[in-house]
Amino acid sequence: MKKIIELKNISKSFDGEMVLDNISLDIYDNEFITLLGPSGCGKSTTLRMIGGFIQPDQGDVIFLGERINDVPPHKRNVNTVFQKYALFPHLNVFENIAFPLHQKGVPKAEIEEKVNEMLRLVMLPGFAHRRVTNLSGGQQQRVAIARALISHPRVLLLDEPLGALDLKLRKDMQQELKKIQKSTGITFIFVTHDQEEALSMSDTIVVMSEGKIQQIGSPTDIYNEPKNAFVADFIGESNIVDGVMLADYRVRFAGHTFDCLDAGFGKNEPVDVVVRPEDVDIVPAEQGQFQGTVTSVTFMGVHNEIIVDIQGFKWMIQTTESVNEGEFIGLHLDPDAIHIMKKSKYSGTFGDYSSFSSELDELSDPGSEAEA
Amino acid sequence: MKKNTYRAVLLPYSVWALLFILVPLAFVGYYAFTDNDFRFTMEHFVRFFTATSSITSESGVSQEVHTYLLIFWRSLKLAVISTLVCLLLGYPLAYIMSRAREKTQKTMMTLIMIPMWMNFLIRTYAWMTILQDTGIFNNLLSGLGMNRLHIIGTETAVIIGMVYDYFPYMVLPIYSIMAKMDYKLIEAARDLGCDSLATLRRVIFPLSLPGVISGVTMVLIPSISTFYISQKLGSGKFFLIGDAIEGQYVANNLHFAAAMAFILMVILLVAMALVKYVTARYVYGGEE
Repeated sequence: MKKIIELKNISKSFDGEMVLDNISLDIYDNEFITLLGPSGCGKSTTLRMIGGFIQPDQGDVIFLGERINDVPPHKRNVNTVFQKYALFPHLNVFENIAFPLHQKGVPKAEIEEKVNEMLRLVMLPGFAHRRVTNLSGGQQQRVAIARALISHPRVLLLDEPLGALDLKLRKDMQQELKKIQKSTGITFIFVTHDQEEALSMSDTIVVMSEGKIQQIGSPTDIYNEPKNAFVADFIGESNIVDGVMLADYRVRFAGHTFDCLDAGFGKNEPVDVVVRPEDVDIVPAEQGQFQGTVTSVTFMGVHNEIIVDIQGFKWMIQTTESVNEGEFIGLHLDPDAIHIMKKSKYSGTFGDYSSFSSELDELSDPGSEAEA
Repeated sequence: MKKNTYRAVLLPYSVWALLFILVPLAFVGYYAFTDNDFRFTMEHFVRFFTATSSITSESGVSQEVHTYLLIFWRSLKLAVISTLVCLLLGYPLAYIMSRAREKTQKTMMTLIMIPMWMNFLIRTYAWMTILQDTGIFNNLLSGLGMNRLHIIGTETAVIIGMVYDYFPYMVLPIYSIMAKMDYKLIEAARDLGCDSLATLRRVIFPLSLPGVISGVTMVLIPSISTFYISQKLGSGKFFLIGDAIEGQYVANNLHFAAAMAFILMVILLVAMALVKYVTARYVYGGEE
């Protein structure tokens, strides 16, 4: 695969505050790559740097082997779909989409043909002469995508483009974006704080936090083999507990020694152990590898979400079994349910569900405030 | 609020508008169409469009002209030039202001407003002092070893005075539109292939047009009917329509003064209606 963009050792500060801290990233041709992280993690800054709106303090932005640090946005073969669409309100749908072609002096007949082709691509035929201010959010979104794609950029940057849409529309647009990316073969760099969105759309996910890249990988890699407690917590729900690696493939936590699939740690090295809520099997108390008391049960439709107190640490478990509050249950883990991570600065900050409630989760949703 | 309460609150303003705006306007109309004995006549209008006088230019050639049409034409010309100068100076300033830091914006705003706190007569006298042949500006020029310029008593001096007086009315409406403009639109234009000039031409300017139109209106209309500036800075040589109205009024020719005011008003109202129509149809954001 061909490298299309390389970020090399990039750092950037605003008013003395480090926003990007020595990040390096390769982006390949024809890939759907997502920058994922909470607000303030530097994902939008990275995107704006590729777009040319921000210059790095240190490091290089390389586009097809050429350093483009000082190339202004209008000379880059890259287009952006902005967070709130940024459609030109004084122009109608046709004029908005045709905007980049007019700038290049493309002949009128060709513009007309290309705009109509774009309108079909984003499923808005017949909308050419509508005013953009009269369109719904979803329609404006489509116009913004058509406008950004019409000059066939090598790379399309999408800055939380679905954030303002309601849930159902967002799901539809996710599918559609993925389809458009496949059919045009243009590299998409997508920024979001929504991990589900990232998992369902991307070829590659880049998890960022505090101006650093935490992990780069495919959605399954990121979900199944999180590199540290931050990634484990940010992607999906995780129980993250302290453990000790007794030997290769042997780990001790929650008062029991388990078989696992990880090796290569030092003898008796302290580690973080990640167990996904859906990977815990509930068994009768006496048959369990370890036991705990159910402290809450929430019916979620497909499954029950239960909180279990295991030696003072609250685990979240998703199960289709029905259990009752106060019940003493046994728990069983298969070796492939256990993921071992090296200790990092994020150890101990995530993973305990003692204060968990859906409301709290929503309150701390990083996306509820827009990223600067 | 109940409809009756609403009316009651509005009452003082309605009375005010009636007494001090509508009644006087009716009087202007009444005087314009009557003679000294308050009989209907069109003679003032005929006089405005046909009266002639002979003027002698500095080279000694004498010429017969339509007095009031010439004065009106001159008022219009100076007003248009002043408005254009205000626009050319004010537009970039408004843009720079709108992009500056908040603190700088406030400081600049205050600097633009300060002259408005001073009396109009004092401002005009100050400009006389500056522009006189032996005034501050010329002393500065000769101090720098350059030739003195004769400015006072020329159209240029009148235009300088008008621009100075009306400049804030141009800057403020344009600034307020530009300050509200979404910066993402400018980024989008650059992203889609526009350099700075194309961004200005294709995005910033069209979006700022409502501000430009209201700035132009707010400068053009008072500067057409201005007086006094022309008497002081033009040394009385450039009689404007406002001076003519004032002159007739002072000379107790109330009916002719009223007729001239009436004509001016009709022309301005028609012009404004036209601007409003065009704006509503062709300018984004101009429909309100």
